[in-house]
Amino acid sequence: MNVTRGFTGRPRVHNPGLPPGQYDARDDWPVLSAEVTPDLAPADWSFRIDGLVERPHTWDWDAAHALPASAYDGDIHCVTGWSKFGVRFGGVSLDAFFHVVRPHGSATHAVARSHTGYTANLPLADLTGGRAWIVWEYDGAPLPPEHGGPARLVVPHLYFWKSAKWIAGITLLDHDEPGFWERNGYHARGNPWEEQRYAGD
Amino acid sequence: MWRTATLTQIRRETPRAATFRLAVPHWAGHLPGQHLLLRLTAADGYVAQRHYSIASAPDGSGHIELTLDRVPDGEVSGWFHTVARPGDTVEVRGPLSGFFAWPGDRPALLIGAGSGVVPLMSMIRHHRARGLTVPLRMLVSARSPGELIYASELGAETTPVFTRSAPPGVPVGRMTTAHVAPLLAEPPVGGWEAYVCGSNGFAEHASRLLVAAGQPVDRIRIERFG
Ligand SMILES: Cc1cc2nc3c(=O)[nH]c(=O)nc-3n(C[C@H](O)[C@H](O)[C@H](O)COP(=O)(O)OP(=O)(O)OC[C@H]3O[C@@H](n4cnc5c(N)ncnc54)[C@H](O)[C@@H]3O)c2cc1C
Repeated sequence: MNVTRGFTGRPRVHNPGLPPGQYDARDDWPVLSAEVTPDLAPADWSFRIDGLVERPHTWDWDAAHALPASAYDGDIHCVTGWSKFGVRFGGVSLDAFFHVVRPHGSATHAVARSHTGYTANLPLADLTGGRAWIVWEYDGAPLPPEHGGPARLVVPHLYFWKSAKWIAGITLLDHDEPGFWERNGYHARGNPWEEQRYAGD
Repeated sequence: MWRTATLTQIRRETPRAATFRLAVPHWAGHLPGQHLLLRLTAADGYVAQRHYSIASAPDGSGHIELTLDRVPDGEVSGWFHTVARPGDTVEVRGPLSGFFAWPGDRPALLIGAGSGVVPLMSMIRHHRARGLTVPLRMLVSARSPGELIYASELGAETTPVFTRSAPPGVPVGRMTTAHVAPLLAEPPVGGWEAYVCGSNGFAEHASRLLVAAGQPVDRIRIERFG
């Protein structure tokens, strides 16, 4: 341990919901995208799943909203260090989309892409089983553009860069293919509880 | 992965910002624009870690410089501004993120506000140190001349924009299309790669100005300090 002379830090709070190295951002919700926030109307939004699936499919705004509604109530964790507790996102579980396209047994990984060109790679297992959503509501209101509106991916058990904003599609693959940050030195999976921030963690 | 860095010098830049020079043995080297992760450890093992842009150009000296704003009640910037002195050690990890980096290979238009000028200064210093001829321009927003970080080092490549108070004859107000449009009206061969850095509010504002003035969205790189 390399103690910093004279550093005491904030009063310690025991918060079992806080992964290692994270702090509670409370009411703040920092924005950290590296791209220009796109001007994307719901009418121009679409979401496609393709790659290793039986029936590739594209949903527009209305078709996506016709799927069974599902919400995430819980916490999110950003690799830059903040966590946010008790957030509520409304949308549709990814399982409902996968039910339509039917992934092949050979699919092991996914690349999520944004309408801006941003990408993030994920193991397929992290997107199924009620652990990932396409969302368009935050706290009961439309998701703001700088936070990924009109619609974004939410995979709350991984660092939030995996939750691609302005989601355009997901391609299923039989191998892992690094996305935008992953090509820039970030971890392939990004599990906050194991502090998988950068490649090699 | 974590390296112990020794503070060798502290230089005041403005009433709110100071530069901290660190000796980092075996520093891997960085590209202008990159940042690092810095951590402080308390006696009971508690750690606080934050990201900081690298202000110095890559120079192989085994030293790097960071410039920190003093954030009210800031856990890490507060330690630097009130406790730190030469000889102290901290830990750093990096450099990180190859996206907001400029190797000096193409014309660059830099737009920053407040401490957002830090990674842009690394690019300007690199341009000078290497005697590069590729076009480089910077627009930097500060509250007042006294709060303009690196003021004495800025040259003809830089146009400051003052939002609260300015020297006599210099307009006061936020950055507008009038600052950005002339630079985009006569782009260099190959066009500009734009680098925008600052608070999220500033980054949104500046990137909208760029897009409105015709800069392609896929040639705008943004570093938001959160
Ligand atoms: C890529 C990147 C590069 C950056 N580069 C620079 C740079 O070059 N220079 C620079 O000055 N900054 C930079 N920053 C910002 C920097 O990382 C820190 O956010 C900043 O220094 C503030 O940290 P702090 O510990 O001093 O303040 P914090 O303690 O984090 O406080 C920040 C604010 O949050 C509140 N807060 C935070 N945690 C708590 C808590 N647990 N309880 C109560 N309140 C809390 C504080 O009251 C304060 O208002 C960069 C950020 C990023 C993401």
